[in-house]
Amino acid sequence: MSAVLEITAPGVFTTVQDLGRTGFLDIGVPPSGALDPVALRLANRLVGNDETEGALEILHAGPEFIVRAPTARIAYAGADCTIEILQPEPVVYPAGRSLTVVAGDRIRLGAMRASMCGYLAVAGGFAIEPCMNSLSTYVRGGFGGFQGRTVQAGDHLPLKRETAPVGPDLCVKFNPGGKTVASSQIRVILGPQDDHFSKAGLETLLTSEFVVSASSDRMGARLDGPQIELLAYENFISDGITAGAIQVPGSGQPIVLLADHQTTGGYPKIATVISADLPVLGRMRPGSRLRFSEIDVEAGEAVHRQYKTEIAKLVSRITPVTEVADIDIDELYSSNLISGVIDGEGEQE
Amino acid sequence: MERKRDLTASAENPPRLLPYGDGAFLMEFADIIDRRISEDILHLNQQVRLARLPGLLETVPTFRSLLVRYDAGKTSFRTLSGQVMALHKAGGSEPRSSRLWQVPVCYEPDFAPDLADVADATGLSPDEVVKLHVGVTYHIYMIGFVAGFPYLGDLPEALSLPRRTDPRLRVPAGSIAIALTMAAIYPLVSPGGWHLIGRTPIKLFDPGWQQPALFAPGDSIDFVPIDAARFEELTQAVETGDYQIEPQVTEA
Repeated sequence: MSAVLEITAPGVFTTVQDLGRTGFLDIGVPPSGALDPVALRLANRLVGNDETEGALEILHAGPEFIVRAPTARIAYAGADCTIEILQPEPVVYPAGRSLTVVAGDRIRLGAMRASMCGYLAVAGGFAIEPCMNSLSTYVRGGFGGFQGRTVQAGDHLPLKRETAPVGPDLCVKFNPGGKTVASSQIRVILGPQDDHFSKAGLETLLTSEFVVSASSDRMGARLDGPQIELLAYENFISDGITAGAIQVPGSGQPIVLLADHQTTGGYPKIATVISADLPVLGRMRPGSRLRFSEIDVEAGEAVHRQYKTEIAKLVSRITPVTEVADIDIDELYSSNLISGVIDGEGEQE
Repeated sequence: MERKRDLTASAENPPRLLPYGDGAFLMEFADIIDRRISEDILHLNQQVRLARLPGLLETVPTFRSLLVRYDAGKTSFRTLSGQVMALHKAGGSEPRSSRLWQVPVCYEPDFAPDLADVADATGLSPDEVVKLHVGVTYHIYMIGFVAGFPYLGDLPEALSLPRRTDPRLRVPAGSIAIALTMAAIYPLVSPGGWHLIGRTPIKLFDPGWQQPALFAPGDSIDFVPIDAARFEELTQAVETGDYQIEPQVTEA
């Protein structure tokens, strides 16, 4: 018998994602991959997988599924939501831990609170062939992940393992996506085309509050806010795009390009969100507020290196469920860095 | 305000180095579409790739610049951009190896929904449009928009038209299209606003291929007219795997 998760309700936008594909931008293929790679790494580690394994990325509200395997270990990390085992006995679990489940368990991930992005990992991973070196789904291109699309009711997602591994269930001490953030500070490096904007336009970017629009998707976070003034230009000639680029079309409303971004584009890019703050943006739901602040390249690179270390620390502090300790000061410092809510001292190191 | 720059790649006139976040930068050569500039960008692209610089993730040549992505955990903007700039200064005159593709195209009315309109708008007959279109060898400036979509230039001036005012929601895969100074081929069904003047039966992109895109930036393309019967024949052969287009390769 083959082990599968049988999807009975797909959720809003559920796809298989890993850390994305590198090396295909020059043939028009975006990186795709997790909008919140921190939560993906945690979900994977909670079930003992490599951090690079593919998992289900869940946006807005979760799927419902039935376990069709003798036993399996699953874990959810990311936006705060409840994990309900509906059958045989209703039980509710919090985000940020693994669960060992058995054949016939019917499981529902509830509506997400505070943020909008989380990951359901399963021990061993999904038995899906990589496409272009990655399990990430690129829905617009129709390839990668599970049949190149969002999962649907009736899908049987094949599992590599037929049974749960031995050992206790694990939990994280801190689940970055679970935090309610009133207004996030997103750090940007100006350029590459900041010279296409007026002084007033740059000031608008760096001093105004923006709101994530409902038309945002995996291609880009569209932002509502004051119009960013462009200098007059004719037919901007297309150039390359990298995730985090903030492009400003003629409307003056900026779009932060995310995992499924087009690889080339004909709008000037005023600034670029640093990699450490992209997951913060990736998990923001429509209506979330944010402000941009400027950082220079060297400082941005330093944050990147520190951020990698902090993720490794968060991951290393996964513990068996029975041994949860209180959050200590060092832990809090790490977790604030990861969730992008601390300002000041984290930036300049 | 004058924004056009024609910065020819040379030691005296280096490309502009533009920061692009904490994991990328641009080497910008110009903000015009120009064949010579494209060659300079593709030349630097080849040099950078051959140099196997530590921390380099990938490069993307486009009309105006070379995008360089890197891992800030393994190198830095300062180090890598210095290395790339040095490669540019060193020049090196080794030519790029190049590939020429003979792409079969059916220009018959069933496959060319906009050919009559293009003829009207340009004051030419449909046959003259086709003759002009197949009369030049195209250069792939870059691949973008959707997976495997080549931007081909330069289109004969007599065929230059603005994009359609009513873009299509579904352009058929394989459509040969023109707009402004460019030609293109739609690899997959996608929305599009260019004028469709023919269709090719060949497949341009398959995520299952070792190299998922048939074409690479810098390749050359000749369009070769075929009739509807040959189009159907080739479509069958492509489906069964009995036809695979091969390029003529000129080694560097």
